[in-house]
Amino acid sequence: MKKWTPYLLVSPYILHFSVFVAFPVVFSIVLTFHNWNIIAPMKYVGLANYEHLFKDRLFWQAVWNTVRFLIVHIPLQIGVAILLAELLNRTIRGLSFFRAAFFLPVIVSGVVVTILWQQLLSFNSGILNRMLIALSLPRIPWLIDPDVAMYSIAVMATWKNVGLYVILFLVGLQSVPTQYYEAADLEGATDWQKFRYITLPIINPTIFTVVVLSTIGGFSLFVEPYIMTEGGPMNKTLSAVMYIYRQAFQYYHMGYSATLGFCFALIILFVVVIQRRYVEQEIE
Amino acid sequence: MFQTILKYTLLILAALSFIYPFIWMVSASLSSESGLGDLTLLPVDFTWNNYVTVFTKIPLDRAFLNSAFVAVVTTSLVLVSGAMVGYALARFNFVGRNLIFYLIIFTMTLPFQITLIPNYITMVKLGWVDTYLALIVPFALNSLSILLFRQAFQSLPDALIEAARMDGAGEFRIIFQILVPNILPTVLTITILTFMGIWNEALWPLIVIRDESTMTMPQLVTLFSVGGRAEGQLGVKIAAAVMLAIPIVILYLFFQKHFIRSMASSGMKD
Repeated sequence: MKKWTPYLLVSPYILHFSVFVAFPVVFSIVLTFHNWNIIAPMKYVGLANYEHLFKDRLFWQAVWNTVRFLIVHIPLQIGVAILLAELLNRTIRGLSFFRAAFFLPVIVSGVVVTILWQQLLSFNSGILNRMLIALSLPRIPWLIDPDVAMYSIAVMATWKNVGLYVILFLVGLQSVPTQYYEAADLEGATDWQKFRYITLPIINPTIFTVVVLSTIGGFSLFVEPYIMTEGGPMNKTLSAVMYIYRQAFQYYHMGYSATLGFCFALIILFVVVIQRRYVEQEIE
Repeated sequence: MFQTILKYTLLILAALSFIYPFIWMVSASLSSESGLGDLTLLPVDFTWNNYVTVFTKIPLDRAFLNSAFVAVVTTSLVLVSGAMVGYALARFNFVGRNLIFYLIIFTMTLPFQITLIPNYITMVKLGWVDTYLALIVPFALNSLSILLFRQAFQSLPDALIEAARMDGAGEFRIIFQILVPNILPTVLTITILTFMGIWNEALWPLIVIRDESTMTMPQLVTLFSVGGRAEGQLGVKIAAAVMLAIPIVILYLFFQKHFIRSMASSGMKD
């Protein structure tokens, strides 16, 4: 073993980090002060990209769409995941079958899930609307109504991801000693009290994980709106990444799309830090 | 008793809601266009036409080979690079070790939105657009795999390494012939996470590949689905989606427990 052995071993990391992390972070900040279409020389524009961003209706629309997505997605995901995990927790028969079934959409590409749901949610021929008709209820314009489309995507994303969170909550639930519940039973606690005062404090860190991962997921939506609605109707499903993609590869505004990427990244980090702080307070 | 029945009813309904759409998808892809809206288990007016149409319109077989090649090569590189760096971090004391560890944590918390456009520009400047290099090299090393390898190597006894060194084994032999066989569960976890991530990735290929003969499956299916080539025929789109899902679902059927454990462990890490 020689002195330089560890450096030889970490050299792939240093090379990869320099090219694909350090350089792009620095270059991204440089780009935000320039206009560039990749072919012509870069043009310094000062803060013009940032000024444009603050007045850009579509940037704010993408932020707002993500917020609307998360408002439905996060509570639904946590609620369904905890419910299913609770059901599985004291299940002996068929546990591995149910677990495997809930997990199936997690491993499949978002492209597959989106194409599938595009058919399920189709206004005229979709299965969900056919079921509504069979129950003599009015059909829902899942993807056509600008005010509904993003919520439909949020439901689909929940269906795709919830299996993973069922597993994470199940791990948490199984770590609760059964004596706690027995003691609570002796005290005559209700199911809700047992959940609130025994279960919830133990699965709180998992809830935080789900909130953070879902937030990051919301800002990373791409194939879902791209395939399902192409950002429409009326840009009401335009996502952060879709807007970056559009500015870069439809208009070749590299400087502006880098500005979008930089600001979305700041928003994500800001939201996650706030969430962490809030959760730490809650735990104390 | 009543509670047990209620519980199983709910569980079965939930399981159906996750499995049935996939069954419907397969049978819809084998049905004629008019049978598509039906809630069926079996195809209505059985036909292979949708698959025939997909394969005549897009080079899905070629895309399958591209996806398989890219996923296998990338996963191998992630394993090799992850083991090297993880071993150095776990087993050596050297100046800069903590710095590298913090850089890895920094990389993991960095939203990809910030590096997306600059990385595309790097690909353009390197002349890698429309090549496999663009699909492989940026993903050839991965922070999570380094951390998992580091953790696994830390748990191995010192005696194992010292004995190997006494025998005069080089560091690479120590890593790959002596240590790695002792941490196969970690290797399997990283293999599953990487392979699945690369197989399902659609955004990056959409950015760096324009030439149809280099496209991966999710990319080709996405473009087929949003472009006009499916001519609004739903069955054809669904058939393309089924083709994209089949390889990973088959792997899942064989390695179910490992998939679940791997994904859960990556979820815990964040």
